[in-house]
Amino acid sequence: MSETENIVKAKCYHCGDTCDMTAVIFEEKPFCCEGCKLVYSILRENQLCAYYSISETPGVTQRSRLKSTKKWGYLEDIGMVSRLVDFRDDTHTKVTFFIPSIHCSSCIWLLENLHKLHQGIVHALVNLPERKVSISFLNTHISLREVVELLTSIGYEPLIRLDSLHKAEKHRLSRLLYNKVGIAGFVFGNIMLLSFPEYLSIDASSAALKELFGYLIVLLSLPVFFYCSAEYFQSAYKGLRAKLINIDVPLSIGIIVFYIRSLYEIFSGTGPGYMDSFAGLIFFLLLGKLFQNKTFDLLNFERDYKSYFPIAVTLLKNSVEHSVPLSNISIGDRLVIRNNELIPVDSVLVSGYGHIDYSFLTGEANAVDKEIGEVLHAGGKQMGNRIEITVSKNVEQSYLTQLWNENALNKNLRRTLYSFSAVVSKYFTYALLAIAAGTFLFWLPRDTALAVSTVSAVLIIACPCALALSTPFALGNALRYLARAGFYLKNITVLEKLTKITSVVFDKTGTITKQEGTSITFLGTALTLHEMKTIFSTVRHSTHPVSRRIAEYTEVPAPIEPETFLEKEGEGIEAFIDDNHVFIGSGKGAELFLKTEETPEVVHELISGAHVVINGRYRGAFRIESVYRDKIAAVISNLQKKHPVSILSGDTPKEQDNLRNLIGEDVPMSFNQSPYDKLQYIQNLQRKGAVVLMIGDGLNDSGALQQSEVGISVSEDVVSFSPASDAILNGASMNKLHTFMEYANNAVFAVRVSFIVSLFYNIFGIVYAVTGNVTPLFAAILMPVSSVTVIALTVLLTMFYAKRRGIAG
Amino acid sequence: MSVIAVLIGFSLMVAGAFLGAFLWAVRTGQYDDKYTPSIRILFDDLKTEDTKHNQTNKETS
Repeated sequence: MSETENIVKAKCYHCGDTCDMTAVIFEEKPFCCEGCKLVYSILRENQLCAYYSISETPGVTQRSRLKSTKKWGYLEDIGMVSRLVDFRDDTHTKVTFFIPSIHCSSCIWLLENLHKLHQGIVHALVNLPERKVSISFLNTHISLREVVELLTSIGYEPLIRLDSLHKAEKHRLSRLLYNKVGIAGFVFGNIMLLSFPEYLSIDASSAALKELFGYLIVLLSLPVFFYCSAEYFQSAYKGLRAKLINIDVPLSIGIIVFYIRSLYEIFSGTGPGYMDSFAGLIFFLLLGKLFQNKTFDLLNFERDYKSYFPIAVTLLKNSVEHSVPLSNISIGDRLVIRNNELIPVDSVLVSGYGHIDYSFLTGEANAVDKEIGEVLHAGGKQMGNRIEITVSKNVEQSYLTQLWNENALNKNLRRTLYSFSAVVSKYFTYALLAIAAGTFLFWLPRDTALAVSTVSAVLIIACPCALALSTPFALGNALRYLARAGFYLKNITVLEKLTKITSVVFDKTGTITKQEGTSITFLGTALTLHEMKTIFSTVRHSTHPVSRRIAEYTEVPAPIEPETFLEKEGEGIEAFIDDNHVFIGSGKGAELFLKTEETPEVVHELISGAHVVINGRYRGAFRIESVYRDKIAAVISNLQKKHPVSILSGDTPKEQDNLRNLIGEDVPMSFNQSPYDKLQYIQNLQRKGAVVLMIGDGLNDSGALQQSEVGISVSEDVVSFSPASDAILNGASMNKLHTFMEYANNAVFAVRVSFIVSLFYNIFGIVYAVTGNVTPLFAAILMPVSSVTVIALTVLLTMFYAKRRGIAG
Repeated sequence: MSVIAVLIGFSLMVAGAFLGAFLWAVRTGQYDDKYTPSIRILFDDLKTEDTKHNQTNKETS
C-alpha cells in the first residue's frame, strides 16, 4: 500500500473537498472536479477572486453538476416567467431565487457583485438566513433563463419548485408585529413622561396643564387600545365562541377595565388613570409575542407533494428534447428521466433500464429494477442511466398525489391537547371573577362608588400579564436552544405536546438508518492490491449506483484502462483488463462466467451488492448494507425507559436480525407496512389512549406523521424536502433525541415555576386591591416589576437546563 | 408654566419623528433580514484591496 501513502490528500481550492486521484490542477491550485475549476476560472477572469479570501474554500462541490445536464428551457415560457418574477415592466425585471448553496459571507459578496459578471444585472441583494437572492436585471441585456444559467455557472443553482411560486406573506405578518411593538413602545415611553408630575406628586402645576397632560395621554393611548391590543380581543372572542377560556380572556377583561377606568378618571378629573401601566402591559405582551414568533426562515413545515415534484421535465418531441413546465404535460407525452431525476407522473417505461429508488415513497430500501413496458409510479427516483417514459396519468391522479389527499382527510381527526397555560387560565379566570364579584358584594352596601372602583382595581391588578408572558418567553427560548442543536419545532405548542408523549414510533428506512450512505463490506478472502486495481478500473466506468459504491471502496491510484468494457443492464459489467477477465454483477450473471471445474466453496447470498468473478474464479462479493444512525440503540433504549417504543418499516424483513441485534428483543417491529398501515398503527395506539410521537422521514410516513400527536420528520439537510410535520430533526442530531425530550420537560417545568411566581404577584396585588388601596403609582411599579422578574426567571431557567443537558452551544 | 406645554409639544414631535422613522424602516423591509447587513458592511475594504491586488498583478505580468 506504499503507493497510497505517498499521496497527500489535497483539498479542493473551491469547495474544500478532499481531492482524489482525479484532482485537476489549475494555476497550481488543486480542484476536486472540472466543475469547481470552471467556477474558479470564471471568477478569475472577472477579477472576483476576493471570493476565496473572505472565507476559506467557500464553494460547494460541483461534481454532480457536470453529470446532470439540466435544461432551463422552460424559463422561456411566458406563463412561467410571469409566475416566477416579483415585478416586470418593459425594461426591468425583479426576481427572487432560493439558492440552497448560499451559506457564508463569500456567497453574499459574490452574488452581490453579480453585475461584474454581466452588465445586464442591475442589482443583487442576498438574504443569508433565508438563502435568497433578489436580482433586478435589464430585459434588453439578459433573459431570466440567462440569469439562472449565469448563477448556475458560478455554482449557485437556484432551486425552483412549484411551491416557491406561491409567495408567502410571512414578511407582512412579522412587519405588522414590529409596527405594533414600535407604536406601543413609543406610547408607553411618552405616557410615562407625561405622568411624571403624578409620580412625584408635584402639585405646583396648574390645573389647566394637568388637564392638557390628561388629554394628551388619552390621545396617545388610542392607537394602543384600538390597533396594538386588537389581536388579544380577537383571540379572546374566538376562544369564547369555541367555548374555551384561553389566557386572552382574563387579559382582555383586564385591558378593557384598565382603559375604561382610566378614561373615566381623566375625563372626570378624579385621578390620573392607569394609562402608563396599560401601555406598558401591551408593550411587554407584544414583545413576548415577538420573542415567541421566532420563525425558521429556511424551514417549511407544511410542504405537500407540489414541493417534492420538479417544476419542469424534459419532453421528447420528434426526437428533440424540450424543457417544459410540469403542468403542461399531458397523457401520452414522452419524457426523458436522467440519473437521479424524479419520475413526476405515473408512466410506462419505454426505453432504457429502470433502477428506481422508491425509498422515500414506500420505505423500501433497495432500488427496484424495472423493464420496458412496466409501470413506474410517480415519486420514484431513477438511479442509473437515462430512461424514456410515456405518461399514463395526469399529475393530479398519480398514486403519490392520491396518497397525499387521503392523508389530508385525516387531519381533522387529530386530538387537541390542552396546554398548561390554557388549563391554568381557565381556573384563573373563574377565581378572578369570583373574587371580583365577592369584592363588589362586600363594598356595595357600604359605598357604591367605592365598590365600582375596587372591583376595577382588582381586575386591573390581577390582569395576568406575567402569566401571559411566562409561556412565550420560556418556551420561545427553549425553541431557540433546540434549534441551535438541530431540532426545529414548528411552534411552542409542539414543545408542550412533547412532554405528554406516552408512546414512540420509529420508521426504519431513512430514520433509524441513514438516508444517504451505505456500508460496504467484501465477503471472501481479502483482495490483493492488484485485484483492487482491476476492480476499480472496471467499475469506475459504470454509472450504476452499486458500481459507484464499489468504486469508492476500492479506489486506488493509477487505474488501468480496460481493453474491452461491456455493461449489461440488470446483470453486471464484464471487462478485459491487463489480460484479466473480470465480471462484477448479479448472481445469475456470475454463474455464466464461472469455470465449471472450479465450483466455488461459498457463493455469498446478497440482498444488495455485487459478485466478483476474475478469470472464471469466484472471488467473493461486495455486500452493501444500510447504515444505522449514530448511537441509535442508545437513543431507543433511553426512550424505552419512559415510553414503549415500536418500529414500523415499509421494507422487507431482511434487516430484522440486524435490527434485533442492535436494538434488543423487546421492541416490537412490523415490516412490509404500507403508508396506510402505518397510519392505522398510530390510530390503534391512540384508541388505546396513547399519545403518540412518530418519527419518520419519507412520503410514506406522511400519513402517520399527521395522525400522531407529534410528528417529527428527519432530514439530512434541513433545506431539502421533508413531509409536512410538527418538527424537523436534523439527521446528525438524532442521537440526542431523548435529551431533547427531557429538555422539553424542563422547559415546561420552567413555565410552571414562573406561573407560581406570577401568581404570588397577583395575590399580593389583589390583597391590596380588595382593601381599596391601589394607586396608579403602585400599579405602574408592580406591573413592570412582575413582568421583568418572570421574564428573567424563565430565560435563566431555560438557559440553565440547556447548559446542563449539553444542548446550549 | 405654559412654556412646558410648548416643550411637551416639541418632545412629542421629536419622538414622533423617530417613531415615523421606525415605521418607515419596517415598511421598507429593513427588519426582514437582520443578519446579512451585518456581514455586508465588512466588505467595502476587501473590494478595494482586491482591485489593487489585481492591478499590481496585471502590471507585473
